[in-house]
Amino acid sequence: MPDLLIELFSEEIPARMQARAREDLKKLVTDGLVEAGLTYASAGAFSTPRRLALSVDGLTDASKAVKEERKGPRTDAPEKALEGFLRSTGLSKDQLEVRDEKKGQVYFAVVEKPGRPAAEIVAEVLETTIRNFPWPKSMRWGSGTLRWVRPLHSILCILTDEAGAQVVPLEVDGIQSGDSTCGHRFMAPDAFSVTNFDDYAAKLRRAKVMLDPAEREAAIAQEAANLAFARGWEIVEDKGLLTEVAGLVEWPVPLMGAIEERFLALPPEVLQTSMKEHQKFFSARNPKTGRIEGYVTVANIEAADDGQMILAGNQRVLAARLSDGLFFWENDLREAKAGMSDWAEGLKSVTFHNKLGSQADRVARIAALAREIAPLVGADPDQAARAAQLSKLDLRSDMVGEFPELQGVMGRYYALAAGEPEAVADAARDHYSPLGPSDDVPSAPVSVAVALADKIDTLTGFWAIDEKPTGSKDPFALRRAALGVIRLVLGSGGRWHMRDSLWAHIMHQKGVLFWFAEHLDEQGAIVDKENGDENEGRSLAQVILSAVDSGSISERTGVEALSAMEQRLDADNVQEREKIERARASIGQASDLLSFLHDRLKVYLRDQGIRHDIIDAVLAQPGNDDLVLVVNRATALNDMLKTEDGQNLTQGLKRASNILAQAEEKDGVEYSFGADPKFAETEEERALFAALDTAEPAIKAAVASEDFPAAMSAIAALRAPIDAFFDAVQVNTDNQIVRRNRLNLLSRIRAAGREIADFTKVEG
Amino acid sequence: MTSPSSHEKPRCFQDVILRLQNHWAKSGCAILQPYDMEVGAGTFHPATTLRSLGPRPWAAAYVQPSRRPTDGRYGENPNRLQHYYQYQVIIKPSPPDLQELYLDSLRAIGLDPMAHDVRFVEDDWESPTLGAWGLGWEVWCDGMEVSQFTYFQQVAGYDCHPVSGELTYGLERLAMYVLGVEHVMDMPFNDPDSPIPLTYGDIFMQAEREYSRWNFDIADTDMLFQHFKDAEAECERIVSASEADGAGRNILMAQPAYDQAIKASHLFNLLDARGVISVTERADYIRRVRALTKKCADLFMQTPLGQAAE
Repeated sequence: MPDLLIELFSEEIPARMQARAREDLKKLVTDGLVEAGLTYASAGAFSTPRRLALSVDGLTDASKAVKEERKGPRTDAPEKALEGFLRSTGLSKDQLEVRDEKKGQVYFAVVEKPGRPAAEIVAEVLETTIRNFPWPKSMRWGSGTLRWVRPLHSILCILTDEAGAQVVPLEVDGIQSGDSTCGHRFMAPDAFSVTNFDDYAAKLRRAKVMLDPAEREAAIAQEAANLAFARGWEIVEDKGLLTEVAGLVEWPVPLMGAIEERFLALPPEVLQTSMKEHQKFFSARNPKTGRIEGYVTVANIEAADDGQMILAGNQRVLAARLSDGLFFWENDLREAKAGMSDWAEGLKSVTFHNKLGSQADRVARIAALAREIAPLVGADPDQAARAAQLSKLDLRSDMVGEFPELQGVMGRYYALAAGEPEAVADAARDHYSPLGPSDDVPSAPVSVAVALADKIDTLTGFWAIDEKPTGSKDPFALRRAALGVIRLVLGSGGRWHMRDSLWAHIMHQKGVLFWFAEHLDEQGAIVDKENGDENEGRSLAQVILSAVDSGSISERTGVEALSAMEQRLDADNVQEREKIERARASIGQASDLLSFLHDRLKVYLRDQGIRHDIIDAVLAQPGNDDLVLVVNRATALNDMLKTEDGQNLTQGLKRASNILAQAEEKDGVEYSFGADPKFAETEEERALFAALDTAEPAIKAAVASEDFPAAMSAIAALRAPIDAFFDAVQVNTDNQIVRRNRLNLLSRIRAAGREIADFTKVEG
Repeated sequence: MTSPSSHEKPRCFQDVILRLQNHWAKSGCAILQPYDMEVGAGTFHPATTLRSLGPRPWAAAYVQPSRRPTDGRYGENPNRLQHYYQYQVIIKPSPPDLQELYLDSLRAIGLDPMAHDVRFVEDDWESPTLGAWGLGWEVWCDGMEVSQFTYFQQVAGYDCHPVSGELTYGLERLAMYVLGVEHVMDMPFNDPDSPIPLTYGDIFMQAEREYSRWNFDIADTDMLFQHFKDAEAECERIVSASEADGAGRNILMAQPAYDQAIKASHLFNLLDARGVISVTERADYIRRVRALTKKCADLFMQTPLGQAAE
């Protein structure tokens, strides 16, 4: 049972690629070994900036001999079939066996593959692995043709058993395998040979290389914490940075320094970002002041002066960086205090998307939207609009120019400097949230309004220009924006029928909203003219709100209005016709966007444990553009369906629907009313009549007040009577009057169900 | 072996340069002089751009004055200049010990990797105007970037085979660090004990102020636009000239054509500094310069230098 040790020694491997490379090395080699007939007990992969290593324990000495049989054509088959078979097996005709089968004589190829020694297999597998390694980016060097992440210098490959270590001979592009490697680039550069994994790891350690990245991470975290503790500070945790730094050093030597007093006025986010992005420093916080006051840099060497020179150098670079930062900060604060009008002006020249105008255009749209949404989520409309106007200004600041990841964070500081209220400043920071599915969702009303407006503007904009996500392509992160909308709406509990609003905004994105509103005005559909202004003077929100409120902008009235306009037009009015087409296209785009939101909602709710069929059943109900309503309904339905009553009730409702559907299909009529208890023949029928008489108003009332749990228990009360009815009664009897009456009774059941959901969509 | 005196720290800017020159001369490079045209980086020197093409071995090192009009700060910023020096090394095929040769060059200028923290940090290089890219690192010394280290993979759209190894040192920044100087203008240029000691500022301060003003405010943009068109047209004309010169000689003129591409590139940089190129136009200008470089490279590949030596 030999053990295998592999090391691929190269020039510095990018830190971000190391974790994946370890996994790939392990998988490719062990899969290859297993496929070739070897087995192993365990395997572990390691990396440093200069090496990828793999240790495989308990490998079998050799693969087993195998006998493979393949059935070929019949002996009387055409010559061509035999030729093909010989070609595919690599045998000649006299090597084939002929066996008697039921249908006649058949050729068989029997190939015996002898077992192969592990070394031979390892050499083959490793060469294939090296030549096909899936680096995200690879390169050639010198005059060679091999590709690797950076120049590959040596290959260590040994098999070790009781008798000792054996080099597995292989050669890749002129690099001969061996049993030796080198230590730390500066502290122990000499080559040494190793006999097994333990020997390898121990000798590396002596040569100032910590092989295991997890150990390096732990060492860095521990030492950084100790250094911080000694000064009464604490390290700001940053797992990503820790992994990256551990991938930049073979022998981590953390060193701690203090940030000069003159830089402590910088916001902590700026200090942290600058130190992390430019210098890969960890930030140290003083818990007494709450400020970032120090840093830890991780060197790759034990210098004779205990790193004093290294630290001094780093300190110098940091000072230069932070001087820039301070310069940006002071400049930006001056602009902020002056009202940020230069920045607002600057947004006009920043293109958001060439079909969707500038950032300034976008800000205007978001402000109008935020104002519209504000009352729905309990925010002050003026504050929401103001926050939206401020929300992108920091994109023009020097600081965000230098550190784009500080967008929003800086916006908050500058808004405060400009004397804006906290709620407005917070919204300038938080309106980008949530970004990822695990990000916190803002809860402050003004933040929610602006965050929603920001995302809805993005969605309606890209829908208006037909740039929807397809398959895995989602360059504008629209799925993320949609999930953000869902989480914001649900988190705020804001009640909002968004369908018409989405349509209005898509029309606005396509430049036809004001035009449309004006036409409706002419028809007297919008009465809100109290300001007496021209349309330019009216805010987008006013137009949208008045249109939505008056019902002028809804799919049905919209389509009618557009048709009416079209009929009044002169045949040659191309411009107007084109606008009508744009407005009409918006309708389809709005429903499409709503379905997209529904799809994301399904994914979201599925993660919350609500089945997709339940959501489908609920989405089939009217009012499905009010996401809070949809979720309340779905949750109540989901809860009910977990009970036995719920399960059986569903069966009963579906059975009623099916029988009705068949009968309606056959008779060509819809059974919808007129069931009369006087035609009831059985006790069960009468009981069902009575139960429905009680349940129907209860369900209606509960649904009207959106008390879905109450609606569910009201309908669940029908379970026993429905079951009893189906047990006792044959719906399709010969007596047509009785049959019709029963079908009409079933339609009452169907109608009761439909108050709540489309039960035909519920599975099981 | 380095001489004992070189273990002492350099004392001035030119000492850093001289030590690099010596080191790379000893390492077998031809020490070239700067290219006599305005370029944005040492890579534009035909010794790098053109010579990295084709199969012929090559090894050269040189100082290249580089101009980046947008980086002008009137000499006030301690680290930013519109005119500065790069030290460039280009070796084809890249030797297996290129990293070691490079580290020796740091030792030669007094940066001992046993006392400093020298690191190779991933940084892939790409030049849209040259249609070139490569993989490598920025080299950090105590957290400061002191060099770019690149293995060229493609130049002007051609796969590099063999691959060139390219090193670029930002000389001012490197020297400031070695010499412990905070502001570039304070850096001693020649030996501070010379009869006439000169600082970097003595030599360049006034020039930085003058060029910053000219770059940002004065340069005649109509003229620059016209020059850009002229350079573009001349490049095209040279490239499409017939190989026979009328006196029985066959000469393709890749290098004169490439001069025009360099010129166009620098004119674009000047126009950019004047702020008269919009974001969308930018991409188009870059594309036009890249197209010129590509044509020059195509032509270079047909000249003897682009083919295997006989």
